[in-house]
Amino acid sequence: MTSPLGKDLLALEPLTPEQIGLILDTAEPFKEISERAIKKVPTLRGSTIVNLFFEPSTRTRVSFEFAEKRLSADTVNVAASGSSVSKGETLVDTARNLEAMRIDMVVMRHGASGAAQFLAQRIESTVINAGDGTHEHPTQGLLDLLTLRDHFGDLRGLRVCIVGDVLHSRVARSNIWGLQKMGAEVAVCGPRSLLPNAIAEFGVTVFDRVEAAMEWAQALNVLRLQLERMTAGYIPSLREYNRVFGVTRERLERVDHDVLILHPGPMNRGVEIDSDVADGPHSVILNQVTNGVAIRMAVLYLLAGGRPELAETAKSTPGGER
Amino acid sequence: MADEIVELHDGTEDLVLVGIQRRGVQLADRIAQLIAEREGEPPRRGALDITLYRDDLQTVGPRPVVGPTDIPGDIDGARVVIVDDVLYTGRTVRAALDELADFGRPARIGLAVLIDRGGRELPIHADVVGKRVELRRDQRVDVLVNELDGQDSVVVVPKTAPPSDAGRAAGGSRAKKVPTPPGRRTAGEKSA
Repeated sequence: MTSPLGKDLLALEPLTPEQIGLILDTAEPFKEISERAIKKVPTLRGSTIVNLFFEPSTRTRVSFEFAEKRLSADTVNVAASGSSVSKGETLVDTARNLEAMRIDMVVMRHGASGAAQFLAQRIESTVINAGDGTHEHPTQGLLDLLTLRDHFGDLRGLRVCIVGDVLHSRVARSNIWGLQKMGAEVAVCGPRSLLPNAIAEFGVTVFDRVEAAMEWAQALNVLRLQLERMTAGYIPSLREYNRVFGVTRERLERVDHDVLILHPGPMNRGVEIDSDVADGPHSVILNQVTNGVAIRMAVLYLLAGGRPELAETAKSTPGGER
Repeated sequence: MADEIVELHDGTEDLVLVGIQRRGVQLADRIAQLIAEREGEPPRRGALDITLYRDDLQTVGPRPVVGPTDIPGDIDGARVVIVDDVLYTGRTVRAALDELADFGRPARIGLAVLIDRGGRELPIHADVVGKRVELRRDQRVDVLVNELDGQDSVVVVPKTAPPSDAGRAAGGSRAKKVPTPPGRRTAGEKSA
């Protein structure tokens, strides 16, 4: 396998700006395929992809599945509930059994940080991380980059603030790495209890007041308050969170420039974001979803890689000419 | 070539010129201009990138760059002419036919190429040809267009030579020019 990205896509942190740029550029022509009457190209015909989801997901799973199907791959969905995982099978055993049925790629979401890398080191198939614990969610980071690039044209020098539950957010980590590599300035804003202790090591600016973040930023990436991961009292109450950190129309109207609004979904309306902002003129939340399919098609295309050793036997088609 | 295309299709009604990325797109633009000068009305134009339809994607690596595809409007019942720079094995045209079928069902699909160098591996032939040349398998034709390469020319180079658009100076010194006026004028003179 020779892929410009390597065998797997586990995180944005180890990628070079050139690799990220390649994925974003490759996603551009894939946008058009989803606008066709027949939304399908034969590129991955014969490839088998397993979507292995150990955590609930609608958007990401459906987005990956559309991307796979629009590239003509054969797909199988495995959810943790109702599979042998609930009988106590280990992750590696599950994956090795799937691999014994001759698969090409595994798209995995898992609640444990590092699960994707753990798996990638133990199986031969390509592994794509669809979110691992609080570590990274690389395709979400990439689709956010693509959406920002669509709107602003260039990511260099762009000021983006990530607002909310940074502590539990794999989206935040993928965004911070991706944006910084592409030359953007990144800040975070949220209650100190929801920011990692070592946040300074990410090289980001920290805003304690959301009003100050809005003054500074050209775009806000509003994170979901991950209530399911909050086992301790991180915030006094949802109402108080909304009152202090909520992205509301009143707050945005006090800023003298337009602020683009992103949210990775699913939204807690009335908590981290108000409905009239989420549905407002500066929201690109649904563009993010549309771009998600194109980004995942690009990632699948780039990772599927060619096998040049086969080309030795198929010399009849030289490059360049047809 | 422009005249032949118009003649073959009894005018420009429902005519769509679809250039194959990359040099085919510029050639389609030029032919459309010539048709507009003669007939007064430019035909619709489109661009097709056939990378995702290649039959050798499993064997080429690393992944080829995918360019934009842009088919204007509805091509159901239209008369489509695929335009490309060089016709060789016919595999690109096969891929283009498959891709066009995903956009609709044209009444007719034709093929116009600037250079036909023989060596077909599929039962495909061009309706309109700028220039036919017979080349050995160890040779390659590069078509350069002003819009992308800064000059219009057609050069024959050894198959292993670097692409002429990248190393233009090096390619030019070693290259043997096809003994006809280059690029655009080949098309222009033939049609005049």
